[in-house]
Amino acid sequence: MCKYNAKQMLFRYSNLKQGNQHADKTDMRNANRLPNMRNLGIALRILIIANTVLILIAYTLSTSLTDFLERIATISMYAQPMLLTSLLVLYSGYPLIIKLNYRQGIITILIMVMLCNAIIYSLFTQFWLFNDLPQLSRMLVCVFAVSALTLYYFNLRQRAYSPAIAEARLQALQARIRPHFLFNSINAVLSLIRSQPKQAETALEDMADLFRVLMADNRELVPLAQEIALCRQYLALEKLRLNERLNIQWQIDNMPPDALIPPLILQPLLENAVYHGIEPLAGGGIINIQIYTRQNEIHLILTNPYNTQNNHHNGNKMALNNIKERLTLHFDLEATLKSKQENGEYEVHITLPHQKQNL
Amino acid sequence: MLKILIADDEAPARSRLRDLLTDIGNLQIVGEAKNGKEALQLAEDMQPDIILLDIRMPEMDGIEAAQHLQKLVRPPAVIFTTAFDNYAIQAFDMNAVDYLLKPIRQERLQTALQKTRALLPQQLAALQPLSPQRTHLTITERGRILLVPIADIIYLRAELKYITVRTAEREYLIEESLTHLEHEFDNLFIRLHRNCLVSTAYILGYEKRSNEEQGEKQWVALLKNVPETVTVSRRQQHLIRMS
Repeated sequence: MCKYNAKQMLFRYSNLKQGNQHADKTDMRNANRLPNMRNLGIALRILIIANTVLILIAYTLSTSLTDFLERIATISMYAQPMLLTSLLVLYSGYPLIIKLNYRQGIITILIMVMLCNAIIYSLFTQFWLFNDLPQLSRMLVCVFAVSALTLYYFNLRQRAYSPAIAEARLQALQARIRPHFLFNSINAVLSLIRSQPKQAETALEDMADLFRVLMADNRELVPLAQEIALCRQYLALEKLRLNERLNIQWQIDNMPPDALIPPLILQPLLENAVYHGIEPLAGGGIINIQIYTRQNEIHLILTNPYNTQNNHHNGNKMALNNIKERLTLHFDLEATLKSKQENGEYEVHITLPHQKQNL
Repeated sequence: MLKILIADDEAPARSRLRDLLTDIGNLQIVGEAKNGKEALQLAEDMQPDIILLDIRMPEMDGIEAAQHLQKLVRPPAVIFTTAFDNYAIQAFDMNAVDYLLKPIRQERLQTALQKTRALLPQQLAALQPLSPQRTHLTITERGRILLVPIADIIYLRAELKYITVRTAEREYLIEESLTHLEHEFDNLFIRLHRNCLVSTAYILGYEKRSNEEQGEKQWVALLKNVPETVTVSRRQQHLIRMS
């Protein structure tokens, strides 16, 4: 019954949101549909696609294995510098490209790639680096075809993923309003009302803030400091119920507060840690949260005591998969989530690229 | 006057129940327990008429506590309380077990207190899957209930009608089926012999010893904390190779 109500509330909420968002929906979609040229995963995919085409051309033209390898070598000699330069140009031009709408963006990318290739071609001819360069016009046709193909692939990929994004959001919401936490917290607040009305007020305010974030449209990245503040409010509520059983160790002195992360990455992990790690222990335990940057990467490490014997951890997996999915949607290959369990401890380690407020 | 025992691991939840019960009046709160184990001990000492038992508690959960409570001479009526637990609620509804959803309303609590009665054996049996593995075995000895933690048990040996439960300190007798125990604790105990389950945590190693009666050599398991050994039957010898 409770589940049904939550779902209903959710739908009503998402309908409401849709109305408000109509205005800014278009440009958000366009920015998202263009591949992020600053993402390692995207760059790798481009390299793989272009090189596959290159190998196929060499294979079609060749007569034997040695001939095939020779052809690859000769084509690579001028093709690879062109490919890498194009990627570099797109990387530096990316902030400009995302300001355009989708169609303009695609045209700009194609023009940039063609121009870039033409310039390199003319440099090559000027300095007589290669004596058997193909005709410029033929090469540009080839470059155009490969670029168009690649862009089309990214378009398809984006389309394949967009229902997944919506799905993930809904799933995320459902997974996160853990009824166990909600009802126990309300119960705790009720117990405070008579004896400590002031504390009850604060608790209800925390709860309101928490649920505001839980129910928001969580597609956009938020500053790390904001997520930490949310976690503190959440933990204050849990502390109400568990009191001295719940101990938190924050090691976040080297944390970049303005780094952007997907919202609700840390909070569900904490909720898991409390539910699976602290609650089963009569004497309680310590949750350790460590956040730091290293080599332009943010590391979030969360450890909690874990007793395998009295745990059925299906809910845990669900939350982890959910976070993993959202990290992939935002950062592709650049973000990882690893979890391990040893010596009665459970550790989750998230690594994600350090993205600052204004790109 | 009704005697009531409260069992919940969260202090605010206990204080809320206390408030509600005081409002209802004409009853006596005989104790408050922070987990199933404490609840069991308090129930034995205070002999409450009704126990309000939270399901999710550390050390021993409410479902297991209810099962042990049944062994008391005068088992109290049980009302389970829970904030949210789909499976448990389904099982309660199906077997007409009394329960209250947190946050609890005063009227609901009042109604529950009036109609409650002790759990029937078949109701307990139906709830057993909710807490598939007990954390303790209960042993009735001279009218008292003793709790033996499963983690302390070195081996369980079937002897005629009873089963000997061996811990580092002493032996206890219980009336249960070895097959049932083997099934329940299959991740902790292995069957080394037709009549013996041994905790894998207490096995030090295996040794081949000559058996004077039969005149042939036999494998035995050496155990932590106790001098005696457990004979490994021929049929179970493959377990030695596996370990």
